[in-house]
Amino acid sequence: MTEPGSRPKLAPHVRLSFDQTRQRYVLLTPEAVTVLNDTGAAVVNLCDGQRTLAEIVAELEPRYRRVPADEVRHFLDRLAATGRLETNDG
Amino acid sequence: MDRPFGLLAELTYACPLQCPYCSNPLDLSRYGDELTTPEWLRVLDQARELGVLQLHLSGGEPLQRRDLTEITRHASELGLYTNLITSALGLSVRRADELRAAGLDHVQISIQADEATLSDRIAGLPSFQRKLTAARMVKKLDWPLTLNVVLHRHNVDRIAGILALAEELGADRIELAHTQYYGWARRNRDALLPGRDQLDRAQTVVRAARERLQGRMEIIYVLPDYYSRYPKPCMGGWGRRQLTVVPNGDVLPCPTAHEVPLPRASVREHTLAWIWEQSPVFQAFRGTDWMPDPCRSCDRRELDFGGCRCQAFQLTGDAARTDPVCQLSPDHQLVAAAVRAAGGPAEAVLVPRTHPDPPPRPRRPRPA
Repeated sequence: MTEPGSRPKLAPHVRLSFDQTRQRYVLLTPEAVTVLNDTGAAVVNLCDGQRTLAEIVAELEPRYRRVPADEVRHFLDRLAATGRLETNDG
Repeated sequence: MDRPFGLLAELTYACPLQCPYCSNPLDLSRYGDELTTPEWLRVLDQARELGVLQLHLSGGEPLQRRDLTEITRHASELGLYTNLITSALGLSVRRADELRAAGLDHVQISIQADEATLSDRIAGLPSFQRKLTAARMVKKLDWPLTLNVVLHRHNVDRIAGILALAEELGADRIELAHTQYYGWARRNRDALLPGRDQLDRAQTVVRAARERLQGRMEIIYVLPDYYSRYPKPCMGGWGRRQLTVVPNGDVLPCPTAHEVPLPRASVREHTLAWIWEQSPVFQAFRGTDWMPDPCRSCDRRELDFGGCRCQAFQLTGDAARTDPVCQLSPDHQLVAAAVRAAGGPAEAVLVPRTHPDPPPRPRRPRPA
């Protein structure tokens, strides 16, 4: 579970990449491609293992009018549940 | 039109193993005239342009191609996520270092069981120890490792030991996939199909292991579709997400579609984009318009796309029928009868896959 103090980052076998053909960010893993929408891509781009969840939400606020922290956490939880994201607590 | 995400590149059908569940075509003589290195590089360029993001390097045994490193490097430079699907025979330290330097992202190694005697018997040659050595080397090189295990009645009862071995090797993922009955595996179906009691026991073991290993190792468990209520959504729909290029350059919506009588399409004659968008083979079962009843009026038609065309053809002689695996199919008794017979006292004999002599290597590039 991602907590406000968690510092999420992509799992080692996951690659974030911009697909010119689709003009979308994608997450690449051995058996799946996840096409991200703009907000999803903005969130994942900040998951560097340094920033906390709270800092990620705060950083996105000026860029998007409304970033519900719960939605960001839910999105990251889903990525973590499928092994795409690691969350280092504290 | 949807664009493909993944390309399965079957580089060669040459393989040192003789697995009785091999899904490669029965007649390998048609595939000896393999694509050359420049031809493969061109296919990759066209694939990337078409939207492909993942490249699965497979076979046969892809390490049998001496240009595997060059192909991998090119794919990597194009930004493709590269995945090697291998028996690990031929994965020496030198070869692994080269592939690592070429940018290979991920390695999948097959094992046949959790101990040497059974694994080697299924593979048809001593290979178990070499596979373990290779798997340890992959982890040492800090590569993500997936173990692949094809399950059938002769190894499914070993599933707890297989999971323990995967854990010991430090695998990041394990794919436990029951045999699919295509190619050579179809010939051995009655000797491979597990009994329901075996499946129930395996299910219990997998459930417990998933709980225990959560967050450490991902466990993918694929049930045999013969035992499913509904068919598998084969390839996520015909010509919708994936494409396969086989050793001689033919392009197929799925790796077993050679079993279905459809006009060929080859990268030697057409671009990948033309084949994806316009070729008769890719148009044949795309979307839902081709569907007969009960699929046509079924709520699940966009979920499983009528199941597998190859299986429909193989079991009924008509590729446009509902997959007989589906309990709503008028042909379901064909599958039900095989399931009833499975695990019975009459022990069918496993026929090992045989390979012809390796095809001659093309010596010079063909004119493009």
